[in-house]
Amino acid sequence: MSRLSIRGIEKTFPGRRRAAPTRALEPTDLEVRDNDFITILGPSGCGKSTLLRVVAGLETPTAGTVTLDGRPVTRPGPDRGMVFQSYTLFPWLSVRDNVCFGLRERGVPRAEQLAIADRYLAQVGLKGFENHQPSQLSGGMQQRTALARALANDPGVLLLDEPFGALDHQTRELMQELLLGIWEQHRKTVLFVTHDIDEAIFMASRVVVMSARPGRIKCDIAIDLPHPRSYKVKTSAAFAAYKERLTEEIRVETIKTLNMEA
Amino acid sequence: MDGLFAPLKPVPPGLRPVLGILCFVLFFLGWGIVTYGGFVQPLFLASPGETLLKGGELFVEYGFAGDVLVTVWRVFAGFALAALLAVPLGILMGAFKPVEAFFSGFVSFARYLPASAFIPLLILWAGVGELQKILVIFIGSVFQIVIMIAVIVGSVRTDLVEAAYTLGASRRGVVLRVLLPAAAPQMAESLRLVLGWAWTYVIVAELVGASAGIGHMIIEAQRFLDTGQMIFGIFIIGMIGLITDVLFQAANARLFPWAKGR
Ligand SMILES: Nc1ncnc2c1ncn2[C@@H]1O[C@H](COP(=O)(O)OP(=O)(O)O)[C@@H](O)[C@H]1O
Ligand SMILES: [Mg+2]
Repeated sequence: MSRLSIRGIEKTFPGRRRAAPTRALEPTDLEVRDNDFITILGPSGCGKSTLLRVVAGLETPTAGTVTLDGRPVTRPGPDRGMVFQSYTLFPWLSVRDNVCFGLRERGVPRAEQLAIADRYLAQVGLKGFENHQPSQLSGGMQQRTALARALANDPGVLLLDEPFGALDHQTRELMQELLLGIWEQHRKTVLFVTHDIDEAIFMASRVVVMSARPGRIKCDIAIDLPHPRSYKVKTSAAFAAYKERLTEEIRVETIKTLNMEA
Repeated sequence: MDGLFAPLKPVPPGLRPVLGILCFVLFFLGWGIVTYGGFVQPLFLASPGETLLKGGELFVEYGFAGDVLVTVWRVFAGFALAALLAVPLGILMGAFKPVEAFFSGFVSFARYLPASAFIPLLILWAGVGELQKILVIFIGSVFQIVIMIAVIVGSVRTDLVEAAYTLGASRRGVVLRVLLPAAAPQMAESLRLVLGWAWTYVIVAELVGASAGIGHMIIEAQRFLDTGQMIFGIFIIGMIGLITDVLFQAANARLFPWAKGR
């Protein structure tokens, strides 16, 4: 069964003020099976966010279709949860009410909202912070709340756009383990955008590499590392082999991006 | 001393009120020197003591408290009426771009029409009663509020809106539960500003065709060349302005604790 199907998606942004239009995505195809954890790896500006935003329904593609369980995606919806790189907690709501937000919008009874919110908050390690305001949380805690908020809707697909990009290295590694643990437990379908090779390999069942702008899928590599994975896998020989290969693939594209800017 | 004047560096908490009070002290000192020192004739500028004396006289013998109440009522009635109309319209303009496109040209034009220029027309239309005074304030405030609210609502972070959509919020949900709470602190702040301006319109309105009010008292005092009364009247306006401003700020801080220091 193929859950998420991306067919011929391309995107050209119209140029502002007589500037030339930006071609962000070449026609792109991607089949995402149930329970896949796909990391999308590519140099910055290659169209990763654009692809994810099309899947989320936040951006209309110039051509192509995205279908989820056979239904075409036309607009954002709670069946595709998203975590953004920027901190998007609602600052006027407590941590708990942030997690309740989607449930509330969908008319879930309050008692049930609270039970679900507290369960996911506990899962991301934020038990005891339910009544805090977002401004009282560190960046890592805010992103964990955002993750709990997306998970609370029980979405079929989880879209993550460099969610740990603004975090320091150590926090970032802990967050990767946390997310991987949640995925191993819930077996969600995940699309995870990053430009960090280690991050891409560590969490993925497949790594999709995108070319320099205009983005297209350059290669699609299955990661056969055993589950459950711990951080120790990062020092294994198999990991190193994947890393060597992906480093080559990405290096070429990054050089292209640099030349394009020059 | 050197450390105090680094750009944007906060003032030590204890020093803040001291500096604020010092400004008032210097003001009264300068006023006292100019008047008691005989640099200005009493006919043109009453001394602080004389002004205070006249103020007491106004309250005790001329029922000035009634004038103050009348003026306060006019300001608040005109302002409340303007806010009642302008806030919803501003929200609609900020949220829905076609509404903005429809109104923004006209509102920008109307915003520059001086409220005082309407006074002769308003006397013709509404007589010299309360309604006319209130309408002056209404006209002076309504367009300012509309523009400011529209800009504030229109500049709510789009990533918050997008996050809400991916959580399953409807358009209505986004307006009511994202745009409004996100914009509320700044909306309240802009109302505080416009209320300050409303005070300037009310006095102008009361200088023409009024039988009560602070502005009316000032015009009466001019006939008798009573600078003491005139200055006291102006002073009272400042005091009321200061008090409402402090109350407004306190209310905002209480209502929107999460917006502190933003
Ligand atoms: N709304 C937009 N309008 C115009 N150009 C855009 C817009 N969004 C993205 N782009 C351009 O599309 C290209 C791909 O952007 P993006 O998908 O954000 O890249 P990535 O996430 O891989 O860094 C970039 O060159 C970017 O400048
Ligand atoms: Mg991006």
